[in-house]
Amino acid sequence: MSSAPTLASTLAPTLAIGRNTFREAVRDRVLYNLIAFALIMIASALLFGEISIGIQKTILLNIGLSSISVFGLLIAIFLGIGLVYKEMDRRSLYALLSKPIRRSQFIVGKFLGLNFTILVNTAFMSLGLWVALFYLTRGFEPQDIYLWEAIYFILLQLSLVTALCLFFSCFSTPVLSAVFTFVAYVIGNLASDIRTFGELTENPLLQWLTTGIYYVLPNFSNFNVSAWVAHGNPVEGSVILWNTLYALCYDTILVAASVWIFSRKDLK
Amino acid sequence: MAAIEISGLSKDFLVGFWRKRRFRALDRLSLQVEQGEVFGFLGPNGAGKTTTLKILTGLIFPTEGTATILGKAAGQPEAFLHAGFLPENPYFYDYLTPQELLDYFARFFPLTPQQRKRRCDAVLGQVGLSEARDRPLRKFSKGMLQRVGIAQAILHEPEIVLLDEPMSGLDPVGRHEVRELILQLRAAGKTVFFSTHILSDAEALCDRIAILRRGQLVGVGQISELLRRQAGYDAVIECPSLEAARPLESLAARPPLYSGGHYSVRIQEPDLSRLLGICQGDGLRLISLNPVRLSLEDYFVEVLREKDSEHSPAALP
Repeated sequence: MSSAPTLASTLAPTLAIGRNTFREAVRDRVLYNLIAFALIMIASALLFGEISIGIQKTILLNIGLSSISVFGLLIAIFLGIGLVYKEMDRRSLYALLSKPIRRSQFIVGKFLGLNFTILVNTAFMSLGLWVALFYLTRGFEPQDIYLWEAIYFILLQLSLVTALCLFFSCFSTPVLSAVFTFVAYVIGNLASDIRTFGELTENPLLQWLTTGIYYVLPNFSNFNVSAWVAHGNPVEGSVILWNTLYALCYDTILVAASVWIFSRKDLK
Repeated sequence: MAAIEISGLSKDFLVGFWRKRRFRALDRLSLQVEQGEVFGFLGPNGAGKTTTLKILTGLIFPTEGTATILGKAAGQPEAFLHAGFLPENPYFYDYLTPQELLDYFARFFPLTPQQRKRRCDAVLGQVGLSEARDRPLRKFSKGMLQRVGIAQAILHEPEIVLLDEPMSGLDPVGRHEVRELILQLRAAGKTVFFSTHILSDAEALCDRIAILRRGQLVGVGQISELLRRQAGYDAVIECPSLEAARPLESLAARPPLYSGGHYSVRIQEPDLSRLLGICQGDGLRLISLNPVRLSLEDYFVEVLREKDSEHSPAALP
């Protein structure tokens, strides 16, 4: 056995952990129930369209994108909260970490694995939306391509949720992780409004607090372009670039913090 | 180079909910395990055996002291290229089959896909799971899981195998199989370091043992040597009064008994000639002298009792 470290040999354990995380998710029946439910929601949007004369397509796209976002969020939280905790609780980590891997590789592998799971799930749900759209309009229009922008933004949002879950999972129970993540998600969606509210109060303490929340929590509302796209509008290239960088930076910070916490943890 | 070198290793845990206090689970443990030996790590429940193994495998961090495996700091990934570990009551991903689990773990070692497959097949055969290779682990009995655990520990042909209570919860056949596996490893020149509180296993398998009590090392060495140290004689001497038996007190290895004009005393082997000399004195008559040969269990219980009478619990202020 040669032990000269190469990029491939450094990446291989991380990818193996990611692959196993994906395999664990796809062998979980709950995941299929959630995807099936999301597809049913998208299909039901066709019925709502029937009773909304003239805006069937807008209704379908709004409900479809919202379903992808909400069920993606549920899947990300459901799988994410147990990412590290479950392995610690069941002690499956004992055998894993006594292999030549670093704890950082474990955390990064878990993060990549869950993101890949979410990518595949979102692809399935998106496929359902495209099929429903085709069924409704019997063809595609050029502006339909903008749907991918909204789906891409949903993926960025879900990757942030995954990173938050992973971070909380390193030091709290699954229930608490789910609560923390959900609260962070809700506040993150309202971050701009909360900041504006703080500015309006003229109370320095409240202003400081709301500004703090605005900068510390990820600003999920940045990724909310579904309604805009459902009306056939494109998202500017610079917005896509900045949001991508924003999500990447946030993910990196959260994954680095998770690695820092997990690398110092006694696995009792 | 020693296979395992532990030097001044201590571990404190914080216990309590509101008012945290420190509890010393391991107290300045120093130990050396040579290459190629089967080393038994004995002690009652809560003695610190698993804590030591967890430090060696990097699952927890020591409060003080160092531990190395083949010269590499314990817990460093490089150390695991040459060491395998079976945790106590192992749990593996129950959605995988043994074949998938071993293939997953094999990916952490510098093996080609062909080597991976060959090693997985070999260890599955070695632990007798070739037939069950495609059955999900959730359908496995405890004994079978233990075999999977051993398979993953020896997957990469490590030079050192660390086993935490490998016989725990196994039926007699399962225990026999694990014993056979350890003997196979010894025959292959591997170092085996295993914790157990099943003394007959240690007696049958180990070249050397260490006994741990409340985090402290209370005995280490070859079993025969340790037993010889404790070996001696039970003597019964007729004497008119307790006063007459006073010269014998200094020889007593454990509290003597005086009853009905008979003085019963356990002496250690080197003191035999002194005992005989004293018995030639006035009023003393040696009635019986029986050699005492301790089993490992006797030795174990005796050492722990001795230490219990010497020390109070190892809680820190």
